[in-house]
Amino acid sequence: MSAMTRPVLNKKQVEMNYLLHEAPREKHFITGAQAMSEAVKRANVDMAIAYPITPQSEVMHLVGDVFAQGHIKEYYRAEEELGTMSAIAGASRAGVRLFTATSGPGLIRGLEAIASWPGHRVPAVLGILTRVINAPLSIQPDNLEMAYMLYSGAVMLHAENQQDTFDFTLAAFAIAEKVDVYIPVAVATEGFFVTHAKGYVNMMSEDLVYKEFDPVASPVPAMDNETPPARIQRDAPVQKSNFMSYLIHSVWQQEIWDSNSRAMKYIYEYLGGPIEVQNPGSDIMILASGCAAAQAREAHRYAQEEGLSVGFVKVKAIRPFPKNEIREALKSAKKVIVPEHNIVGWLCTEVKAAIPNGGIVLEGPRVFGGMTLPVELIMFEIYEALGIEHNIKL
Amino acid sequence: MSLAYITPSERFKKYLPKDYVELIDFGPFGKSQEEAGPGNMGQFKELMEEHPMCSGCWMAYYIRLIFASLPCPEETVTIGTAGCGRLAISQAAVPFIYGNYGDQNAMASGLTRAFRLRFPDKTKDVITIAGDGGTMDIGFSMTMHSWIRGERFTTIMLDNEVYGNTGGQSSGMSPKGAVLKMAPMGKDFEKMPATDLAKAAGCVYIVRMSPTNIKAAAKVIRRAIFVAREVGPTFIHAYTSCNIEYSIPTEDVFADAIELGKGRFKFDEYMTDEAKIVIERVEGEEKIARKARKAAKAEAVN
Repeated sequence: MSAMTRPVLNKKQVEMNYLLHEAPREKHFITGAQAMSEAVKRANVDMAIAYPITPQSEVMHLVGDVFAQGHIKEYYRAEEELGTMSAIAGASRAGVRLFTATSGPGLIRGLEAIASWPGHRVPAVLGILTRVINAPLSIQPDNLEMAYMLYSGAVMLHAENQQDTFDFTLAAFAIAEKVDVYIPVAVATEGFFVTHAKGYVNMMSEDLVYKEFDPVASPVPAMDNETPPARIQRDAPVQKSNFMSYLIHSVWQQEIWDSNSRAMKYIYEYLGGPIEVQNPGSDIMILASGCAAAQAREAHRYAQEEGLSVGFVKVKAIRPFPKNEIREALKSAKKVIVPEHNIVGWLCTEVKAAIPNGGIVLEGPRVFGGMTLPVELIMFEIYEALGIEHNIKL
Repeated sequence: MSLAYITPSERFKKYLPKDYVELIDFGPFGKSQEEAGPGNMGQFKELMEEHPMCSGCWMAYYIRLIFASLPCPEETVTIGTAGCGRLAISQAAVPFIYGNYGDQNAMASGLTRAFRLRFPDKTKDVITIAGDGGTMDIGFSMTMHSWIRGERFTTIMLDNEVYGNTGGQSSGMSPKGAVLKMAPMGKDFEKMPATDLAKAAGCVYIVRMSPTNIKAAAKVIRRAIFVAREVGPTFIHAYTSCNIEYSIPTEDVFADAIELGKGRFKFDEYMTDEAKIVIERVEGEEKIARKARKAAKAEAVN
């Protein structure tokens, strides 16, 4: 087969604020996978590296098409996820904008490299299209893998729907590359429920792109033998067992987590803040992230129709975790319901630890292994918490 | 840009560490092999100094040799992984990237592609230097797939036939029968056929050697780099004994390297026709340049 040539596109480069907040948008009816790849198309990505796993594959297929259409400059399928994530780390040393995506077992396989990205100051964007971690085998949505990411040092956003997936992915590039952040940003959303289902997404023209990556503006210069200050070694492994090596590692990691905290102001700037709150001050608050937030939103609507004192909190940023914002939103709640798509309840644990009266947080409801999260499941908890008689049988 | 970016301006020089300034003035940056190559090691400031390797370490010697042989150190980036080698490699005055366990060839794949994307008109040399465990055990899949994909960089395996840095465990490259940690009854399978695997995976220039002859070893290193620039993946499988884990008395290290160079590390060079064309061209050009320099020198003397 002859090599195909890719068109050279001439697109208008703009700032992220213009792209997200000012550029005119048109409504499209697309899948979550399409939404993520459409964001990549507008993010002026230099290089994307792919490795298949259901349900993520759809995203990187589409990113491959975006490459073939000339929107990004380099793309290949790597050998497996550790190879993928390592190649991202290698490419980032050359000073380019990078994207990849994975799911469940793939994330776990690549985690050794991913967990080192923040320390290596790799400002890449990682899509996580959630899936059961195997045994017994399942390809279904379940966001347990996000629990393994919580302490990686990466910024983590959790998208509720296709629109969020588009906006969060686009914003992620700007957040990751800020001089006072400069660590990876993971954008998670539920496999199948979002990736393979269509929803309305308002998108700006694809003739607009985020301004190109500037390796000189990086706080950790590219290792390209070009970008000053000249450095003869960048990633000194902490080689010796002495106090200096302990000190180097500890201050470096403190800086990673400080960088993670500093991402918060950009989450306000680009995404309007880390949480969305409706009816604060209600007796019962339903707090959720990702796809569970869509179901929680619906339960909240039912509760409003029934005149119940129920409020709603959607958590968009998982890292940095919006402790202060959540504390404020839950300050007069009597009970907090945390619906989740995983068995361990990692969000529930985070919320309990964030507020002074963690005992008001109920364990669940939780579904896992790919089950859907019926609104009735949340309504059941609301009725029980309020002591209202009901006919919901589980 | 690269030579310029490491060279301090005259007025700034006095504020820089003496080591740095001397490295630029007397080291091999921007110099020919006659001026600062392996043939006259000890007469110029080397890129790697003060390594923390064991006394008598043959690997440390070979790593020094690698750095002295680089065709263009100011445009070179090395990538390594856990193991003794990186203790020395990371102290060389050439950018070094340390990733995770055995992922050096995956990192190099991303790095070389991104370099070509950003600097399409420049030559940037990427070299992975890792041990036998990093290259053939834990990094096996990433090593093989980088070759299968035809990634254009050089892979150097420092084969000491053991996990030296972690305390002497048996590796895939240990010879059959070797009694090592984690093989307390002796290793019960053969040494992995690394160069055969490289050939099957599409490396275009492959050498197995015990680098006892400085000139020959330097030539191989340079050939591997020149070919990787233009043709495809290249691989050097070098014997770099572990005198500690194999209990080789320091004074016998060289004799051991000679001995193995007659045995399982017998010199073996493979190149494709395309690689041969590049080697002949580059070495021809070097020869002409060398003659011209000699003539100019003679002229100056006259």
